[in-house]
Amino acid sequence: MSKAPLLQIENLHVRFKSDRTVHAINGLNLHLQEGEMLALLGESGSGKSVTLKTLLRLLPPKRTEIDGTVQVNGTDIMTLSGTRLSAYRGGDVSMVFQEPALALDPVYTIGDQIAETVMRHKSVGRAEARQVALDMLTRVRIPSPERRLKNYPHEMSGGMRQRAMIALALASRPKLLLADEPTTALDATVQIQILLLLRELQREFGMSIIFVTHDIGVAVEISDRVAVMYAGNIVESGSTRDIIKDARHPYTRGLLAANLHGVDRGRRLDTIAGSPPSLETKPDACSFAPRCTEARPQCLRALPPFFAPSPGRQVACNLEEGYSPASHGLTAAPAIAC
Amino acid sequence: MSKTDALSHEADRGGPRQPLILARNLKKHFPVRSGLFNRQTATVHAVDDLSFEVRKGETLGIVGESGCGKSTTARLLIGLMELDDGSIIFDGDILGSDISLKDMRRSVQMVFQDSYASLNPRLTISDTIAFGPKVQGLSDPKDRARHLMARVGLDPNRFAHRYPHELSGGQRQRVNIARALAMSPRLVILDEAVSALDKSVEAQVLNLLTDLRVEFGLTYIFISHDLNVVRYISDRVLVMYLGEVVEIGPVDAIYAKQAHPYTASLFAAMPSMDPDNRTQEPPLAGDPPNPIDPPPGCRFHTRCRFAEHVCRDKRPALAAFGDDPDHLAACHLRDPSSGHSLAGKEIAA
Ligand SMILES: Nc1ncnc2c1ncn2[C@@H]1O[C@H](COP(=O)(O)OP(=O)(O)OP(=O)(O)O)[C@@H](O)[C@H]1O
Ligand SMILES: Nc1ncnc2c1ncn2[C@@H]1O[C@H](COP(=O)(O)OP(=O)(O)O)[C@@H](O)[C@H]1O
Ligand code: SF4
Ligand SMILES: [Mg+2]
Ligand SMILES: [Mg+2]
Repeated sequence: MSKAPLLQIENLHVRFKSDRTVHAINGLNLHLQEGEMLALLGESGSGKSVTLKTLLRLLPPKRTEIDGTVQVNGTDIMTLSGTRLSAYRGGDVSMVFQEPALALDPVYTIGDQIAETVMRHKSVGRAEARQVALDMLTRVRIPSPERRLKNYPHEMSGGMRQRAMIALALASRPKLLLADEPTTALDATVQIQILLLLRELQREFGMSIIFVTHDIGVAVEISDRVAVMYAGNIVESGSTRDIIKDARHPYTRGLLAANLHGVDRGRRLDTIAGSPPSLETKPDACSFAPRCTEARPQCLRALPPFFAPSPGRQVACNLEEGYSPASHGLTAAPAIAC
Repeated sequence: MSKTDALSHEADRGGPRQPLILARNLKKHFPVRSGLFNRQTATVHAVDDLSFEVRKGETLGIVGESGCGKSTTARLLIGLMELDDGSIIFDGDILGSDISLKDMRRSVQMVFQDSYASLNPRLTISDTIAFGPKVQGLSDPKDRARHLMARVGLDPNRFAHRYPHELSGGQRQRVNIARALAMSPRLVILDEAVSALDKSVEAQVLNLLTDLRVEFGLTYIFISHDLNVVRYISDRVLVMYLGEVVEIGPVDAIYAKQAHPYTASLFAAMPSMDPDNRTQEPPLAGDPPNPIDPPPGCRFHTRCRFAEHVCRDKRPALAAFGDDPDHLAACHLRDPSSGHSLAGKEIAA
């Protein structure tokens, strides 16, 4: 029997209201099993960060309308407030960012910040919390960790700060780590170190990871499964191997071609024309249709359903209509309802 | 032959074989000041004894980790910064004596990564593109602007009167390219010009750059951290480390076989793209070192797995690798007379 997923997002809609409305997330479904490494892949504005922020309840409540359900470990997180919400944030689920300044406080030492988090979430004393902080810095392979505990964030180099932020996020042993492009601003030589570190820590701690990236190569290095986002929804998902070797959605295929990996030098690139939609109106047809060279009349008439061309695979594209429709959720094994 | 003789010989101007740029021993250091009296306490060796040429009509890629001096090199070439030492020869003309900085600046244009910061928010797109030609007194700047907008894929009727904030990142980068072209340059330096764009937009801009190069007979210097993009667009590639050239040569040769251990590490750090063959070991540990007071000898010796005594003691010179005179590397491994125990042996870097 497969276990209930750690994370279940059903039919999520997120709208931002101000003088104009932004339909940032439009009916997103996502399941994640314990220990799974998922890459959320997509271009700027596709809704990757909004998805993660929804999961941490970080969106400004006054200006945001959220529909749908989000369950983490069986709890409907939309109902959390007060102390339960703060126990959840940074406890069961924590996050690392592209910019460490969003997570690390410049006026406290790294050691104090980690110890503080541990005391808040694990009800242990200061001495024990300091011990955990030291252990975490060692685990993220920061050289001379005793000395580094006393450093302020600005006293560390870019890669080191990123490691410190990971140590902070993992100190409370979360079940789910949300990583929002934590390596995008780093040199490739440092990026690969951080990716391999996260892979190792995942094995050690067994947590699930959702890793947001716009770089397919990074997704390959970090994930078991990839979900491709476009205009506020997942348009294709499957095992990382399937996505790389047999991309089905025309958008995914375009993204792969644009990666330039193995493209003949100087040959004209097949590009996706145009740019993503503005999201000011709620999509009622395939959002990719205006840029798609294979669009059919029905693509412009209604939202394409999800098809399952092979087990564990979901593609929201009418070109797959010969295949059976996919059930909701994106787990490799069918999830049982709880 | 004295230094001046060598230069006047190189200054033989004109003709397809005369490099468009000859950069000789470029040096740019920045003082680091601190303390009560704001005294200079250290020196940033941003660019150190850097020599290379840019051939007419080619695209020269420049790669290296952040802080290695790529942008400083670009700024020196467009005269945004003064050289501490060295010389720049532009199509046979020595900068500062045969050709003025002002004339050189017109022939060399630059496009930066941050498409927004490089545009004046209060100028419309067509005024932005027409600005340079107008200042230079070129004819019909407005017509020129409209023509170039169309050429970079921005419909003049839709975009001419818009302001930068009303455009997407990819559209703004097209404006920056059009603005550079408006000066009829011979060399365009693209400093991480496509790095901030989404992949699908980046591919569109790369196609555009390829077309424009042919159409306007341009030469490019293409600075990027993305080795896939550099391979696609460049003819030759220059690899920098802490202000120095460590390897330079034809793209195909370097991508097939890296002569310098640093170049090899850069390549090994690229994500794998094969889920069945993911990277198992990071090729380099730690962050790129700071160019403040760089290590003696080979600057890479503090991170190199082949480093020996000679590497700490002696700076390796750029020399031909294998039998391709166009492929050069600065590493004692590749110099049979260096005294390195593996020197001249067939080893993969
Ligand atoms: N607080 C907000 N108020 C209004 N609109 C927002 C807000 N946050 C995000 N958006 C909009 O929601 C959409 C999705 O944004 P999101 O930040 O999730 O993109 P992303 O996929 O993370 O992109 P990137 O790769 O650039 O980080 C965008 O159109 C964005 O402008
Ligand atoms: N105006 C400046 N003043 C002081 N230091 C500078 C200045 N410009 C660049 N540097 C330093 O010179 C080194 C090389 O910088 P840069 O050429 O921008 O590197 P890259 O473009 O390769 O990332 C860096 O250490 C940088 O901090
Ligand atoms: S000279 Fe020595 S230290 Fe430098 S790259 Fe070659 S082997 Fe390594
Ligand atoms: Mg984001
Ligand atoms: Mg730079």
